[in-house]
Amino acid sequence: MTARQPARFLGKAAGRLATMGPGFGFLTVFMLVPLALVLSYTVFRRGRFGGVVYEPTGENFTRLADPLYLDVVIGSVKLAAITTLLALLLGYPTAYLIAKLPARWKVIALVAVVLPFWTNFLIRTYAWIVLLNSEGPVNSGLKALGLEPVKLLYTDGAIVAGLLYAYLPLMILPLYSAVEKLDPELREASANLGARPARTFWSVTLPLSLPGVLTGCVFVFVPSLGNFVIPELLGGGRRIMVGNLIRDQFLKARDWPFGSVLALAVIAVLVLLLFAQAWASRRAGRGA
Amino acid sequence: MRRHGWLRLPFWLTYLFLYAPIVVLVVMSFNRNKSPYTWGGFSLDWYGRLAENDSIRTGLVNTLIVAFGSTVLSTVLGTLLAVGLARHTRSRLLDALSTLPAILPDLVIAIGLLVFYTAIKLTLGLHSVLIAHTVFGMAFVTAVVRARLGGMDTSLEEASRDLGAAPLTTFVKITLPTLAPGIVAGALLAFTLSLDEFVIAFFTAAPSEPTLPIVIYSMVRFGVTPEINALATLLLAVSFTVVIVAQRLTRLTEALR
Amino acid sequence: MTRRVPVVVASVCLASALTACGGGGAATDSAPTKLSASADLSKQSLTISIWDGYSPKDLPERVKAKLGFDTKVAIHDTNETIMAKLTAGGDSGIDVAFVSGQYAQALNAQGLLEPLHRDLIPNLSNLYPEASQLAYDKGNVFSVPYTWGTTGLCYRSDLMKTPPTSWKDLLEPAKDVKKKITMMTTERWLALPALKLLGASVNTTDQATIDKAKELLLKVKPDLLAYDDTTFGDRLKSGEAVMVEAWDGWCPTSEKNIKFVVPKEGSDLWADTMVILKSSKNKEAAHAFINYILDPEVHGWVPANILYRIPNKAAMEKVDPKLLESYPTLAEAPSELLKGESLVDLGEVSTAYTRLSTEVSAAQ
Repeated sequence: MTARQPARFLGKAAGRLATMGPGFGFLTVFMLVPLALVLSYTVFRRGRFGGVVYEPTGENFTRLADPLYLDVVIGSVKLAAITTLLALLLGYPTAYLIAKLPARWKVIALVAVVLPFWTNFLIRTYAWIVLLNSEGPVNSGLKALGLEPVKLLYTDGAIVAGLLYAYLPLMILPLYSAVEKLDPELREASANLGARPARTFWSVTLPLSLPGVLTGCVFVFVPSLGNFVIPELLGGGRRIMVGNLIRDQFLKARDWPFGSVLALAVIAVLVLLLFAQAWASRRAGRGA
Repeated sequence: MRRHGWLRLPFWLTYLFLYAPIVVLVVMSFNRNKSPYTWGGFSLDWYGRLAENDSIRTGLVNTLIVAFGSTVLSTVLGTLLAVGLARHTRSRLLDALSTLPAILPDLVIAIGLLVFYTAIKLTLGLHSVLIAHTVFGMAFVTAVVRARLGGMDTSLEEASRDLGAAPLTTFVKITLPTLAPGIVAGALLAFTLSLDEFVIAFFTAAPSEPTLPIVIYSMVRFGVTPEINALATLLLAVSFTVVIVAQRLTRLTEALR
Repeated sequence: MTRRVPVVVASVCLASALTACGGGGAATDSAPTKLSASADLSKQSLTISIWDGYSPKDLPERVKAKLGFDTKVAIHDTNETIMAKLTAGGDSGIDVAFVSGQYAQALNAQGLLEPLHRDLIPNLSNLYPEASQLAYDKGNVFSVPYTWGTTGLCYRSDLMKTPPTSWKDLLEPAKDVKKKITMMTTERWLALPALKLLGASVNTTDQATIDKAKELLLKVKPDLLAYDDTTFGDRLKSGEAVMVEAWDGWCPTSEKNIKFVVPKEGSDLWADTMVILKSSKNKEAAHAFINYILDPEVHGWVPANILYRIPNKAAMEKVDPKLLESYPTLAEAPSELLKGESLVDLGEVSTAYTRLSTEVSAAQ
């Protein structure tokens, strides 16, 4: 036993380095360093005409306390949360059924999910504008049925629809990955023990696929918060989201220091979210 | 599928939802009228205009290079990372770190990388965009593959090791094939995200080597013409054909069985 | 876990070192470099950044034929994105950039522009004298205007009972146009109608005035269809909107029922300009390019094809009179246009306008 230990230790370290070394090495150079560069602006000042002046100051942080920004964040979180919930309600059944398809159809079904996204985001958004506006097919259809046209465009509902459309594949693919591996025997065992399908789902299927659910939720929630094109084009600029806030500071006000502080605040909250997801996933993994 | 009757509704609703605007834009590409609200007759004019548009062609080629390159890199780095995170560490910090690029605002990544490239005096080009896209592509691949690894049955791997196989052999012959559906899903995601990414590409690309999203976004000033819808329709048709052919010819099916 | 800390510390140290390097670069010498009028241009090449469709498609070929060097055309979608790229410092790879006047002013204040060598641009004499007196760059020290225009109301003459004449028609809309009007989202143009209605300058830095403008904008928000910088032309054509705040060149007056008017309280004067980056390695070619653009034959492409007004007297005099008949805005004398206030960069107060736009957008 003792003779094997040094070899095993070497194996473990080598295993760590081989698997995580390249990835984290790459991320350190091309993500952590650039991120540190941008976040370093938080303690400096905006130059009179833009750019960064390297004189330390804490004023960017005190500006954060303004209730205006909290209002925007709360509004964004509401819409992003609704989008995530809808994505889960649509995405889980879809991923589940794709996983049950015969192998030949699985590929086609998966590709069919992402194929629309091999066109262009702006074109798809403009297509939604065509669909939703008062002259578009939806309202024309309503009018043909003798119903009142509904104001669909330039509403919060349009924003949610746009966000849901943009990020649904990011829910479906991780879910598929998690659901596909589930051992059907477990579900059969549960059924044989007398559990009804709903019970099997809640007690067996869902907990086992939880890592995928959590990943999918994070992947939909986070970019929904940060998107700035959809609130402008589909929401008519009537509501701004966190993404618009950050974009406006960096690009319009050319206030990189304050933009960094806003970004830092948002990232800090999202990192907490990531930790929560990682913790929950590992717990679910252990329980399996 | 019979037993899951009630699941079929959201399933078909999803596809209907995904393809509704696609139908609109395909129809628009054949409309002689520029305005989408009136049908002016069937026309291939926009496709003709498209063929003459150099900047779109260049953009498309550049985008494909970046997308394929970053997908390969992301998939390799991301899969390895996912395995490492699942098997060789219990650190939640590392978990969070691996997914960090997926949650950073893209403008922050964009400006951060531009300033970084400037500081190390790297000339911009397709390579600078490729690296940038790998940064977030990796995060998505790692997460998707992790979702598959979590709670995965390790008895086969243990058996392999106990029978004396080297770790590398176990990895290649046992772990990878089991992971295959996750890897395919992750790669698909990374590719899709790179194809359509604008913000990061704009800031990290050389001015004379734009990607397709950069070209299209910049055309917005004078309004979206059906030329772009024609492009989108073509892209769809080509991608669909390529995937069907690839699926017939390769072992994609094998991987998923 | 502990293994991570050294790496994070190292990357922070590296980042600080890089920041120091980056910071040093900002303080550049603003004296012009020595340029020779007889430099061999065929050894240079040019990269320009411009809005899509804003220049002739065959411009690179024509430049190659006339001047002998290659031109690459990069496109940007807004002032803001190209500004961020140029401000990041270093060599962006761009020699000549097309940016609006107040942005050129900001670039120059950051030391990023090459002062123009007037002896290399003899065609400057083709410009209207007033084009060299624009507030953001008096004397065309670092920029040459390419197009200019104003902001006003673009409306459906067939769908409005009385044509609009004042910014009040937009900000205090009549019952029949409520929910059928749009305003622009870019903060300077969002504030413009309100500021003008209050009788203030479009370049005001007075916070009290800006707050009053905000009140007016908040009041009209429920009556707006949307805030729209890009698709208002389509909204107007489809009849979804009957009156929109628009730049003159964007207003689709080629349509039978669409007209453009500058409200009586006045408006702005915007200009899109050409600037040469200090980091450019092809400064002689850049000057030659700008000189070429100012040639009446070349510059005349703009009004003839995209219906924008240009500050080039020699070129405007050559515009087809039939065109001027169909598009009255084009025919307007520069003296009318110059009644507008030239937009300038507002320094620190820029952030006050961004805040204004955030507050208005966030209000529910």
